[in-house]
Amino acid sequence: MATIDLDTTRKELKAFILETFLFGDDSEAFGNADSFMEKGIIDSTGVLELVSFLEQNYGITVGDEEMIPANLDSVDNLAAYVQRKAG
Amino acid sequence: MKIDAAAAAEALQAEIRRQIGRVLKKSGAVIGISGGIDSSVCAALCARALGPGRVVGIMMPETDSSPESERLARVLSDKFGFETLKEDISGGLAGLGCYQRRDEAIRMVFPEYGEGWKNKITIPTNILEKETFNYFNLTVENPGGEVFTERMPLKAYLQIVAASNLKQRLRMTTLYYHAEKRNYAVVGTGNKDEHMQGFFVKYGDGGADLKPIAHLFKIQVYQVAEAIGVPKEIIKRTPTTDTYSFEVTQEEFFFGLDFYTMDMLWHAMENNVPSAEAAEALGLTVSQVERGYANIKRKVMATEYLRMAPLEVGEAK
Repeated sequence: MATIDLDTTRKELKAFILETFLFGDDSEAFGNADSFMEKGIIDSTGVLELVSFLEQNYGITVGDEEMIPANLDSVDNLAAYVQRKAG
Repeated sequence: MKIDAAAAAEALQAEIRRQIGRVLKKSGAVIGISGGIDSSVCAALCARALGPGRVVGIMMPETDSSPESERLARVLSDKFGFETLKEDISGGLAGLGCYQRRDEAIRMVFPEYGEGWKNKITIPTNILEKETFNYFNLTVENPGGEVFTERMPLKAYLQIVAASNLKQRLRMTTLYYHAEKRNYAVVGTGNKDEHMQGFFVKYGDGGADLKPIAHLFKIQVYQVAEAIGVPKEIIKRTPTTDTYSFEVTQEEFFFGLDFYTMDMLWHAMENNVPSAEAAEALGLTVSQVERGYANIKRKVMATEYLRMAPLEVGEAK
């Protein structure tokens, strides 16, 4: 797989979060380091939706042991995780 | 966490009388009874508060229910003297497509799933060991006794839950039929663990006129049960969901922790007990306490919508 640019990945992931969970409304803007759970953007069902997106969009498989906040709970964490898995 | 359970029961009974009579203007109580500790305590409190002649316990088994649930419900009604009725909701659920829709979703994960198989949903139960999001595993057992488990993709998970929730919603509908024909109130039986962490179905078992034990931790419900004389075999029964054909405990299905540890952690968190102090008292590490605190907080926050009344725009006049 071609190397994925970290900044591009961040932008794609942020766009997905905004579109899927906030209906494209960015008035409640969140930073790349902000926790989705603490900001109330994603619940446990949302995490499953996010995992489906990662698996389909980046061709990776998210293991059970990888379902942790350090990988999935902010744009920065997600982008770094995707880079590690797909890079 | 230790309460004066006899005094608490007396206070609850007074409040049940006030709420049903003065606030709701109803003349009795209808309760779905499952032979579990929570519904047993609520039914017993109502029978003591209102008199057994003003309480009706409804047993609502369906295809996947354990026969033990009905037996224990009868043990309870014999002890407290209230009337019981049995409404088998299997036919209604089949009419709503509950089983067919659920099985269709299970076959998205296990295509060979069919007649004679059992199923259950579980979450990770090591939440103190590792900070993890709650994800959902589907476990099935074939007629030969072989067990298979897979993490569920979103679509299958949502459909299985939506189909299974028809059970609680049909039970709520059935309870309101019996309540309305008697001018009685429907009593919800959720405890604090269930109510605040969202372990109930909105407009299903969450649909009720009053919820007398929604402020009590599970381990306090046990104390009240002992104080008012709920039969021992009900108190000793392991809490299950009684929703899936493959028996699943509430710890496996939802909470991911045993009740004692969870309630003690929650109580400590609510009282701002420092992690180190709670860790020492509970024989846990500081990291385990912090993971426990975080898990409870996340669940309370993520399930807030379940406790919300329908949202309105502006103020109703």
